[in-house]
Amino acid sequence: MPEVKLHIKRFDPAKDDPKVARYDDFVVPYESHITVLEALFSIQEHQDGTLAFRYCCRAAVCGSCAMYINGRYRLACQTNVLHVHADVITVEPLPHMPLVKDLVCDMTDFFAKYEYIKPWLIRHSQAPEREILQSPKDRHKFNMPIDCILCGACYSSCPSVWTEDNYLGPAALMKAYRFEVDSRDEAVKDRMPMWDNERGAYRCHTITNCVEACPKELNPTEGIQWLKMAAVRRRLFGKTK
Amino acid sequence: MPHHQLIVVGGGLSGLRAAVEAKARGLDVAIISQVHPGRSHSGAAQGGINAALANHPESHDDTPEKHGFDTVKGSDYLADQDAVMQMTKDAPGIIYEMDHWGCPFSRFDDGRIAQRPFGGAGYPRTCYGADKTGHYLLHTLVERAYERQIKMYIEVFVTSLIVQDGACRGVTVYDMINGGFHAFTADAVVLATGGAGRLYSNSTNAIISTGWGGAICYYAGVQMEDMEFVQIHPTGLLTTNILMSEGARGEGAYLVNGEGERFMARYAPKAMELAPRDITARSIQTEINEGRGINGQGYVYLDLRHLGAERIKERLPGIRDLAIHFEGVDPVEEPVPIVPSQHYSMGGIDCDLDGRTQMPGLYAAGECACVSVHGANRLGGNSLLETIVFGRRAGAAVSADLLGSEAGPDPSLAAAEAAAAVETRVSSLASRGTDGEDPYDIREVMTTTMKEHFGVFRDERTMREGLERLLKLKERCTRMGLRNAGGIFNLDMMRTLELEGMLDLTLCVAQGAIARTESRGAHARTDFPKRDDENWLKHTMASYTPEGPVLTYRPVTLGFFEPQERVY
Repeated sequence: MPEVKLHIKRFDPAKDDPKVARYDDFVVPYESHITVLEALFSIQEHQDGTLAFRYCCRAAVCGSCAMYINGRYRLACQTNVLHVHADVITVEPLPHMPLVKDLVCDMTDFFAKYEYIKPWLIRHSQAPEREILQSPKDRHKFNMPIDCILCGACYSSCPSVWTEDNYLGPAALMKAYRFEVDSRDEAVKDRMPMWDNERGAYRCHTITNCVEACPKELNPTEGIQWLKMAAVRRRLFGKTK
Repeated sequence: MPHHQLIVVGGGLSGLRAAVEAKARGLDVAIISQVHPGRSHSGAAQGGINAALANHPESHDDTPEKHGFDTVKGSDYLADQDAVMQMTKDAPGIIYEMDHWGCPFSRFDDGRIAQRPFGGAGYPRTCYGADKTGHYLLHTLVERAYERQIKMYIEVFVTSLIVQDGACRGVTVYDMINGGFHAFTADAVVLATGGAGRLYSNSTNAIISTGWGGAICYYAGVQMEDMEFVQIHPTGLLTTNILMSEGARGEGAYLVNGEGERFMARYAPKAMELAPRDITARSIQTEINEGRGINGQGYVYLDLRHLGAERIKERLPGIRDLAIHFEGVDPVEEPVPIVPSQHYSMGGIDCDLDGRTQMPGLYAAGECACVSVHGANRLGGNSLLETIVFGRRAGAAVSADLLGSEAGPDPSLAAAEAAAAVETRVSSLASRGTDGEDPYDIREVMTTTMKEHFGVFRDERTMREGLERLLKLKERCTRMGLRNAGGIFNLDMMRTLELEGMLDLTLCVAQGAIARTESRGAHARTDFPKRDDENWLKHTMASYTPEGPVLTYRPVTLGFFEPQERVY
């Protein structure tokens, strides 16, 4: 039976100093195929029941299991151990995030910033009886940002987030972009002040770590640059969209 | 002790929609969820949501009545027809509302919401957003819940109901982030905890879809309805059982056996690949059992190649990614190996059209509930519809029931007792520690037993053997040990606690299936191959006793469509 070796970062708030890293090693046997998430379950079930990690769909759509696996941002459920191409697989929580326990990090700030940009469609006019018409072309404009699963990988990878606690970060700004470009949204004037400032779009220095980190292969940087250009268009030419 | 007028357990589509509705009607609402609501299993739904919008060029004369007929026929006439008609009537309105709230549905050229054909449906009426419809709907409702400032207790695991004078008055919980067992009191509770797919080892479902929410109601004396009806989806990925949407066949994909033949012609010559799921899953299993799998092995192909790269990338990008990442196969280039896989629980907590259960103060909605709109077999595209329609109805009903009525007596004593009972249970499990039976071994035997003995085809002997194994596990459960108690984010404790509930639900499935000596929808018995309306046009109701479920029966509500033979 083949085996996979895992080197897993541990943290127990009851006994560990968060500044001192602690790792445990495990060897997990498998039959023909195993993902990192399945290996974590095998450890939790048969070797160390105290191991903590997030999980849900195991099909790369819920965003629970974003981790730092052998130096890359990945979803544990989507990562076949054979594709990591390493003798030992190092599994760590999302870097630069406060820790809850082991591979579970604290997402409070991440979701607070998401909520701050008002991530919901805003309408002022009376709703029609049927759907609001939207051409396929207009619908295509936000094809990219709606696939975000809020896993936090981009946020964890962003040097601007590391150095400025207040920065909204790639995921929240991409969500702002998503509503800005939705032809059904009627809140242009209300939305812009939320991201048109030093904690918003201008804090992005196009380092593009987020693009590399995103397990859904999305491009938050592109969305943020759109916001910057929209601000210019609106200021100089009075455009509304 | 936190108190809210309404506590909604579960932050998927049903729970969110119930909470949004109740809040709009003036209730103080909180959602309690084991995961962030945006991570709920609703988000894994792919193909679409049914509503007779008549947007598709071929569906200009579609109506909610026709949608109702297709649903009732698909259910093999076990669905309650008043509930079905209510759902199909509510359907267009809730779709428009989701659009007004920002759901990114795909569009036809005229700007209307796009619709595609789906299994068992007489018209193309499945509204979709690419093949990520569940994800789009879920995020739209999460966004609405934030907009309405609904209180969310996230990563809080519910452990039991608080019952006082026969009424539900809250829940006990394990706080995963801060640790400890607590009570949340309420004037009413809506249970929206999803399905029980993980009773099976070959499920398409999320790992948290264990049925635990249903189990805590079952323990509190609420009946479980029609639990023997378990949907096996025709197309799960071979190695992981991850779902390949019915939308693929809706877009024209073929099912092909080892002889390169589109075998559905033998089983459903008119509907072909778009026969309902029960029939399609049986057809695939028959091909496999008779040696016509690929290379004689236990799988067949889902072939999308003739759709072309452009259409696959536009309409089915999600399943293409899944096939590439999880099966190593690009559907543009190669056929995808698939197997029938457990997918959906038609049965669940018995409730009415407004989510009311037999217990005052307790409501249920979504997959954990049984209204019943799916009967013996659910049509694709009707589960997303059910979650939003009946989530909304439950939220409205609970508001009507609570507003204007006086709050019941202070539940804090019952709450403290319920929380203490959970702690006692945990201590007793922990006292056996590693000397006790291994919960993960029990779980593994249980889930493989369900797969092997209560799958696509069933017969008396196989099911009896399965039941014997389950009863042995139930006995082992009394000696089960918990290795790690207390602390935070204790997966070991939660997974051990919920296991006995899962096992009690498997007994409902097993005994209901053995008792039902007919074939209907997803319950296909080789020893009783015919539907028997004379004796079995009735719902199975299971009541909990420590010795196992006690079964009684209740007539099906008819009134719109006379039962007839199902031909596709």
